[in-house]
This record gives sequence, structure tokens and C-alpha cells, in this order.
Amino acid sequence: MKFVRKLGTAATMLVATIVPVVLLLAAPWWVLATALAGLAGWLALTRLGRQTGSIVLVGVATLVQRLGSSSVVVVGIAGVVGVLVALLAMAAGFEATLRQTGTDDTAIVLRAGAQTETNSVVDHDSAQIISEAPQVLKNAQGQPIASPELVVVANLPKRSNGMDANVELRGVGERAWELHPNVRMTAGRKFQPGMRELIAGKSAHEQFAGLDVGSTLKLNGQIWNVVGIFDSGDSHNSEVWGDTAVVGATYRRGSSTTSINVRLIDAGSFDAFKAALASDPRLQVDVMTTRDYYNRQSESLSREIRILGTTVAVIMAIGAVFGALNTMYAAVAARTREIATLRAIGFRGVPVIVSVLLETMLLALLGGVMGAALTWAIFDNFTASTLGTNFSQVVFSFKVSPLLLWSGLKWALAIGFVGGLFPALRAARMPVTAGLREL
Amino acid sequence: MKYLSLVWAALFRRKTRTFFTLLSVLAAFLLFGLLDSVRTAFAVASNSVAAADRLITVSKISFTLSLPKSLYTRIQTEPGVADVTYANWFGGIYQDPKNFFPSMAVADNYFDLHPEWQLPGEQRKAFHDMRTGAVVGASLAEKYHWKIGDKIPLQATMFPQKDRSNVWTFDLVGIYHVDDPNLRGQESNFFINWDYFDEARSLGNGTVGWYVVKLADRNRADQVAGEIDALSGDSDHETKTQSEQAFTAALMGQFADVGLIVGAIMGAVFFTLVLLTGNTMAQAVRERIPELAVLKTLGFTNRTVLALVLSESVLLLVLGGAVGLGIAGLIVDAVRTSLPAMGPTAPMVPVGVAIWLQGLGLMILVGLIVGALPAVRGMRLRIVDALSGR
Amino acid sequence: MGALVEIRNLSKVYERGKERIEVLHHVNLDIEQGGFVALMGPSGSGKTTLLNLIGGLDSPSEGTLSVAGRRIERLGEDALARWRASNVGFVFQFYNLLPMLTAQKNVELPLLLTRLSAAQRKRKATIALQLVGLGNRAQHKPSELSGGQQQRVAIARALVSDPTLLVCDEPTGDLDRQSATDILTLLQQLNRDHGKTIVMVTHDPKAAEYASHTLHLDKGSLVETPELAHA
Repeated sequence: MKFVRKLGTAATMLVATIVPVVLLLAAPWWVLATALAGLAGWLALTRLGRQTGSIVLVGVATLVQRLGSSSVVVVGIAGVVGVLVALLAMAAGFEATLRQTGTDDTAIVLRAGAQTETNSVVDHDSAQIISEAPQVLKNAQGQPIASPELVVVANLPKRSNGMDANVELRGVGERAWELHPNVRMTAGRKFQPGMRELIAGKSAHEQFAGLDVGSTLKLNGQIWNVVGIFDSGDSHNSEVWGDTAVVGATYRRGSSTTSINVRLIDAGSFDAFKAALASDPRLQVDVMTTRDYYNRQSESLSREIRILGTTVAVIMAIGAVFGALNTMYAAVAARTREIATLRAIGFRGVPVIVSVLLETMLLALLGGVMGAALTWAIFDNFTASTLGTNFSQVVFSFKVSPLLLWSGLKWALAIGFVGGLFPALRAARMPVTAGLREL
Repeated sequence: MKYLSLVWAALFRRKTRTFFTLLSVLAAFLLFGLLDSVRTAFAVASNSVAAADRLITVSKISFTLSLPKSLYTRIQTEPGVADVTYANWFGGIYQDPKNFFPSMAVADNYFDLHPEWQLPGEQRKAFHDMRTGAVVGASLAEKYHWKIGDKIPLQATMFPQKDRSNVWTFDLVGIYHVDDPNLRGQESNFFINWDYFDEARSLGNGTVGWYVVKLADRNRADQVAGEIDALSGDSDHETKTQSEQAFTAALMGQFADVGLIVGAIMGAVFFTLVLLTGNTMAQAVRERIPELAVLKTLGFTNRTVLALVLSESVLLLVLGGAVGLGIAGLIVDAVRTSLPAMGPTAPMVPVGVAIWLQGLGLMILVGLIVGALPAVRGMRLRIVDALSGR
Repeated sequence: MGALVEIRNLSKVYERGKERIEVLHHVNLDIEQGGFVALMGPSGSGKTTLLNLIGGLDSPSEGTLSVAGRRIERLGEDALARWRASNVGFVFQFYNLLPMLTAQKNVELPLLLTRLSAAQRKRKATIALQLVGLGNRAQHKPSELSGGQQQRVAIARALVSDPTLLVCDEPTGDLDRQSATDILTLLQQLNRDHGKTIVMVTHDPKAAEYASHTLHLDKGSLVETPELAHA
């Protein structure tokens, strides 16, 4: 019987812990803001609330004496929040870089079955047919805005460690500038069609040695010149561009390319465009909006980073919870006399419980703010690069967004809640006489 | 050893506090085990004994570019080359793009240069005899429940057949094993015959993706590599030859500086751990000063008291840490055998002897750091003052 | 009859900041083998300090102190520790048992410092416990024992390594009348029947009656001239 009762108590405790934590983590910000306002009101206006407030103030005042153990809670939680936010910022940054590369009114066409541009081959005739589809936007001269592009990989030493890494080399067609209107030259000039000239994306230039204006590269035995640096504001910044036909010659691809990028009349014409290409018996292609395509490129890696980040944070959080429990149990034990006296005087159970809980959550919040601030200071806009799906380096920046920081704080509060709940209950259930006997 | 029961009793004096601290230590070393498993996977990707004798030759521009097959005979006749083989990336998909595994078209003697992949003789012969034959790693076969004799269709992403179809069908004739648990990740390859591949594909015929060279004398690796590259210097297919280790390290390095990320996370974790256990130990010793004084009255020397406290903190770390590492090992094994998406290709090595030794070293180190100040405090206490409560 | 404990010109000075506090002034004293000496005096008289010096817990500022023929006043901390282990057994006012060990394990503690095997230690501890009448409480923790019982465990611990000297600091200070009587009777028994030399500090004159000889200390000096204690 006693065992069943214990089991029941344990189960109730588990539920009492998990439910508020889940609610806290899942709740939108306005729910929490309202709850906070409610709490402030209760603290200021009701009798119980004011009692709680005064206990909390006493606790905070004596915090300095318990600096060592309080720092355990603060630092432990700062660590959890710091690591979580940093890893999530990595995933978010990678995703954002790729995500903003695509739009809804441009489409990319690959060979059927190819998942990425490097796997794809589109021959010259097919490229012609595709660019003549009626849904493709025509420029002022009546030419279809289509760019047959050839994606290959070149080897260059990284500036950071001198080791060779892959950089994506994209041959673009004449209409490429109209397809990518956001591209602006920041140094030098555009390459001339028909010449062995390259322009390097901003990030590629920063990552790799040998891409300054005026440098030369040897590709497959042929000399190429770097004539400019561009900024496109998206993942194309990790690429080096040249003329499709000339790149094709150097890499012995003849006249075939890896993909065709087209600008549609508008986003609405995509379905018609896709249907038109599907029904053409001469073509075996896959069609996507560029937004879809680039989204997919980032999907699996950012998901993996998120899983890693969350797993690490959960394990660290468990460690932090037990650290907090230790600290708060000790704090409650050290203040047994205080608490017993308060209760003998007439303070009820609720103020004692809530005050211990509040104190823990305040410490946790402090830890969360520290961790978030540290991560923001170190990692926001920190550039890193990794191997993209085209087997070449993609440069991205960590993105420590306010939403992410807010998530981190919520985790901190959740840990503080769990770490404070049980000591708080212990404080409230302590028999008054036992506490006074400690005197 | 006779002091063990004393140290143990001291540790568990405050059961709840010790229990909670142990759980925090457990969490820290659980993370260590998991993260180090990932880090080691990236580091030892190609550290087998056999790999030390091998060079990889790829196109200098990028390894995604092909090389002419004619290089084969020219490399073979180079002095210092014991054997050479070639292969090409196939890039097939089995049913769903999410089911990723490496698939390659290889020359007949590919297995000669990779003795760490153990393939029974008669299966080797079957692979040689059957054009459409395929040999797969044991982990892969287990995951998809393939048996010898099964027909396995792969969807080509890069190489449609001449008849424009995208589906290549192979007959499973061999399953190879890898003994070294650290290299188990290599048991997920899918090999097909290069001859059949070259004949049936519609693009790039007569070219190979890379050459694998076996050195006659591994001390001459650099020279032989230089000589091989000289064969194609200034041609339109310049090559880059390097040791297999260097090649894999460069490839892994491009993915991410995994060592740095793992190091940073573990740094944060251990910093908090030191703070947490340090606090616990400081508290514990502070409470026990009178008891330590009593021990001294009984004749325990200062050094013995120091050792007792240090043993306590080390025991705390080792207890929690060992359980944490053990759980990490179980989790890694579970992930590698059961998770559908990642499974055999998950970048994790089993938590083996190397990781355990590192972990134990860390436990002892942290235990000593954390116990140092309290131990010195215990050692230095003045009996008379401590007994009278000052 | 050479004295077991010979004290000549013993002084102890504490320096707290700029202040010099002389707690013991040039004390001269002999304690015979087999004696049971009570040290009495008001608080601040230096009796506990003298006891600590005799027990080797502290070193004097001046003077000589020899126990069983060995001079101990200049011994370093480690040497003193080793000397204490084989020569002195302590009994404190507040028992000072280790709360997380059983009575048996508490009594075995001093034996950890010897080369005895586990079985031998256990046997000696059992004998000591039986001697103090607690043979059936060996597996109880201090929290499960009364004050008097805890003090008896402490006495067993003090005896287990067969020390030259038993040093007791207010052994009955925390006990009720009945328990105090039991403890003092036990000490007297140990002294008369087993020949244990005992030095006891107490503020209770009734307790001092159990001793064979009482010395008084005031402001750091002995008030009476020391006499040789008769066995």
C-alpha cells in the first residue's frame, strides 16, 4: 500500500513538473508576458503575494553569502543556453543563406532524377527548347531570360589553413545578370563573354586564397584571370562565375550544361511551365522553383545540426537541473531556521514555496541572460563554411536571432522551475518545530 | 584499499546531495562519450593499417572530374608501385533519396588493395564472373535484409543507361565484413563491376573517377606520388596523388572543423562540471572539518587526510563518469544498428578502449582539480581549533 | 618508580595578531604509570590546553614533555601523528564519532593505521566493544545510540590500539547523571582492573572523585604542588 502511495506521489510530481515545463517551452510570447504581468500584480497587490515578495528580497540580499553555490546554478544554465543558442544559430544561419538564394518566380531545370546540379546534365538542344517555353519572361529585346549554367568544382587553398578545398565554379549564360538582378560588383568588372575570365563571390574571395582581382588560376592546364568580385547577398557569394561556354570548353563538357535557370513571367506561371516541360516528349527533366531547390539543399544538414544542438542541450540541461537541485536544497537547509521562524510567525506555506521557486528562477534567468549574451557577442554573424551538396564550400553566418535568444531564456526558466520546485516543496513541508529546534 | 570503505562512507554521507552530483557528472560524461564518438569517426576515417600503404590519385582540379583509363597501365609500370586499381562513383539511390549509401563501380582487383574488406574467395569469383554482380557491406545488407541472390535495382542520379532508362539492376553475389570496429562505417559500400558500368553507361565512357595505388615501400610515398603526378603534368587531365590518409583528412576537413566544435562544447560542459562538483566537494569538506580533526587525533597524518579527500573527489567523478560513458556506449550502439535514416553511415565509432581511456583520464584529472583546495584545507586544519569549532 | 608523564617548565603562548596570551605558565608535573588524574579549574585556566599538550595535539612554546621516556615537545606534525596513533587514546565531551560509520567501524578506525588484516581489526574492535559492554550494538550507527552508549563506543575506540595513555576532555559533560556515573565507573574499572593511566579534565567535582588524584589549575598555573599518584 505504501509503495502504491509512493508511486502515486512520484507520478503526480512527474506530471506537475513536465506539464508546466512543456507549456513554458511551447507557449507563444504573449502568453508568457501575460503570465508575468499576472505574477507581478499578485506580488504587489495581494497579501500572500507581498509576503512572498519580502521573503524573496531577504533571499536575494543573502545571496552574496551563498555566492559559490548560487554561481553553480547561474553558470550551469548559462552553459546550456550558450551551447543551445550557438548550435541553433549555426543551423539557422546555414538555412537562411540558402533559403534567401531562391525566389518563387525563377525556376531551375535539371535532368530527371538528378538531385543536385553536379549530378545533372542538360544538353544544348534541350536548353533551347526550355528557354523557348511561353512562360519564360522575355526582356526588352525579346530574348528569353534564361541562363544555361554549368556547375563544376575547382580546388583552391583555404586562407585559414592553407589546405585545399573545393570551390564551386558556375558558368553562367549571357542573361544571367537579368536573372540575378541582386548581383552587384564590389571590385573590378564583370567577365567578358568568350574570355577566360572569372569573378569571385564575396564569401569565396574571403575564404580562398588566390581570388583577388588580378590573380590567375590554372584550370585543367589553362590560365584564367580573376577580374572582379561580386556580392549577391545569398549563397552565390560562395561561388566563382565565368562564361558557360568557356568553362564548358575547359572542362571538356562540349555544349552541355548542368542546369537551366529561367525567370518566369510571374510566380503563378510556374505550374504551367512545369506542365509544359513534362508533356514535351523530347525532354526528361525535373523542374522546381529556385526557392524550392535551395530550401531542399539546406534541409538535411540544418536538420542534423538542430538535432545535435537539441540533444546536447537536453543532456546539459539534465546536468544543470541536478546542479540546481543540489544548490537549492542546500539553500533551503541553510535557511531552515529562517523559514521555520517565518512560519512560526504566521507566514503560510504558499509564500515560502513561491519565494524559493522565484529565487531559483531568477538565478536561472540570470544564467540564461549571461549565456545568451555571451553567445550573441561571440557568434552572431560568425562566418563558417561547410561542404554543401555540390561538394563545394558554402559560406554562411551564424544567425543569433531574437527568437533564438528568447528560446534560450525559456529553457533557462524551465530548468530553474524544475530545479526549484522540489526544494520549494521541501521548504514548505518542513515541520516548524524541527526547524526551530535548530536554534 | 582498506581506506576505501572510509572514503565510500564519507562520499555517501549526504545521500541525496551525492546522488544529484553523480547525476550531473553522469550527464557530462554521457555527452563526452557521444561527442567523442563523433569526433573520432571524423578523425580515424582512414586509419587502418592497410591504408598506410595506399595512395589516391584524383584529378587535380577536383575529385569530381574524371581521369582517362589509359593512365592505368602507365601508373602500373612506375617503379615503387606494387599494384594499382581504379573506381568510379556511381551514385545510385535505393528506393528513396533518404536511403543514402556510397555506391561505386570498381575494377576487378579493387579488393586486392583493400584487404581490410573481407570477402570469401568464392564470392570474389562470382563477382568477377557475373557482369551485373554486386558486392555490398554486411551492415548495408543487414539494414535492407538483402541476401545473396537478390536482385537489387538502383536509380541512377548521374549515369543513365544507353537506353535512357534510369534504373540499373544488380545481382547480389557477395557480402564483405570489416573486423575493426572503428572502421565499421566502411561496411556500407555497394560495389558493382566497372566493366559493366562503363559498357552500359551513356556518358563519360573510358574514364575513371580515381586510382588507388599500393606502395611497394611505404617510406617512398612522397616520391612515388610525385612521379605519378608527373605522368600527367601539363596535360588536360592533371592529377593529384596523395596518401589515402591525407586525402580523407582533407575531405573531412572541408565538412567542418569537427574537432573544434566538439572541443568547444566539451569545454563549456567541463567548465560547468568543475564548478558544480567543486562546490559540492567544498561544501562536503567544510561540513566534515571536525571529523577530519578527529581522524588526526587518532593519528592520521596530514598526508593521509589529503589523500582521503582527494580519493573522495576522484571516486565521485569516476563513479558518475563511468556510468555516463557506459550509457553513451549503449546509445551509440543503438543508433548505429537501429536508426533507419542514419544507421550504418552515422558518423560515430563505438565507444571503445581509446575513448574510455581518455574519459577515465579526464575523470581523474577533474577529480584531482576539484578536490585540491578542499583537500589542502583538510590537510592544513589545526586540530585544536577544528575540534573547538573555530 | 619513574613517572609515565614528566612535564618540566611547560608554557603555551597564543599570538592573536599583536596580542600575546599566555595560557600556561611554567607548569611542572609528574603523572605515574597507572594513575588516574583529574584536572580541574575555571574556564580559561588552561586545563584543556594542558590536556591537548599531554595528548600530543599541540606543541608547547617552552619547556619539556616526555611520555613513557620519549620527549615529544619538539616533534613535527607527522611525527606527532604517528606518536599519537600508538600512544594516546582520546575521549571527547561530544564523543566525536563519525556519524556515517557503525560502532564497529568507528572503533576500528585507529587500527586502519596499523598493518593488521581486516579480520584482525574486526576481532580487536569486537573485544574492545565487549569490554565497554556494547558487544551487541556493534552494527548500530551513532544516531541509533544514546549519549552514554556513544561515549562508551568512543572509549572503546580510544582503547582499541592499547595506548599508553587515555586522555579525556570533559567525558561526562554532555551526559545525564546516570550515564555519567556509568562512564566514570567504567573509567575507574579500566584504571583499577586493567592498569590504564588516565588524565581527565572535568569541571564537575563529583566526577573528580572517581579519580585517584585531582590537580587544580588557575590562570595557567597549578595551584597545588604535584604529588606522586599512588596506584
